[in-house]
Amino acid sequence: MSTAEALKAKFPEDELVFSEFRDNHRVAVPATKLMPILSMLKSDCGFDMLAELTAVDYLEYEGATDRFGVVYVLLNNTSGERLILKTFVNDPSPSLPSVYSLWKSADWLEREVYDMFGITFVGHPDLRRILMPDEFTAFPLRKDYPLKGRGERHNFPIVTRADS
Amino acid sequence: MAMKDKPDNIFMTTLDAAASWARSNSLWPMPFATACCGIELMATASSRFDLARFGAEVMRFSPRQCDLMIVAGRVVMKMLPVLQRIWLQMPEPKWCISMGACACTGGVFDTYAVVQGVDRFIPVDLYVPGCPPRPEQLMAGIIALQDKIRHGGTLNGTEFAKRDRSNGPTPYDSDELIRIREANEKLISLN
Ligand code: SF4
Repeated sequence: MSTAEALKAKFPEDELVFSEFRDNHRVAVPATKLMPILSMLKSDCGFDMLAELTAVDYLEYEGATDRFGVVYVLLNNTSGERLILKTFVNDPSPSLPSVYSLWKSADWLEREVYDMFGITFVGHPDLRRILMPDEFTAFPLRKDYPLKGRGERHNFPIVTRADS
Repeated sequence: MAMKDKPDNIFMTTLDAAASWARSNSLWPMPFATACCGIELMATASSRFDLARFGAEVMRFSPRQCDLMIVAGRVVMKMLPVLQRIWLQMPEPKWCISMGACACTGGVFDTYAVVQGVDRFIPVDLYVPGCPPRPEQLMAGIIALQDKIRHGGTLNGTEFAKRDRSNGPTPYDSDELIRIREANEKLISLN
């Protein structure tokens, strides 16, 4: 039984949107069903590795209905099968359940998505910024954040010859 | 004091000149190599280009032991406090070379995280342009700095008091996306 069939057998079909692009199998799922679907994929379909977790900001994207897309790339190490799973969250305070309990690799991946997009992962053991300094307040990969920042890069004390 | 019949093996000089001569010929660099320019810095120190010929081969990774900071590569927001701290830990007299387009101006990385020129936040004595500068160019920079030390250096470092720093940050763009959107709408309405 293929992964798609297994998914269709367990969850109502109209909530899952399957698509394919150059041998990549993709499925979009509702955020409310994320946890049951992911745990089923892990336990029943053998996806034992979370290879990638990232997000996309669809602000001002043509035809987009939701603000953020969160993408999970799963890998089955036995069969080599990959599955790209996508879910959508919206402003204000976008949040998703953490998948740290399923795959430990989600630890830093979720921290990165939180750092860059401000999507909180409920249940993550240690959700801190990972790339930007702790005192940074914005989420730089959001499309409404200016490319050159809001002056954070200029906001340092100036060390002169007299200080040293 | 005139010494009319001084023997051949006695030289007359000033303390300033003697100290500057000694300092300029024994620069100990602190390699603050954060990106690709660092590779070129390593090449400069290694056998093919041999920075040792100019008395600057002792790369020290402890700021307490060096007097020349070479900032090689882009410096990001998170690294700048480290850079400043290392600079403050270096004993006087000390000099700073900003190596490469990124360290001098931010280079092509005009983004929220990259500091647009280290000279905004620490004093810089010499800029080496290039992306990356070739080792010859860095060496030319070090030779120029040696020249600068020999001709302007003083025993107690009074020349540092006169040294200017840059005028600091320029205003930033806060509403870039809004401006882009307005420009796009204008374009669409024109068509
Ligand atoms: S100036 Fe060029 S080589 Fe040097 S750090 Fe920047 S990008 Fe890299």
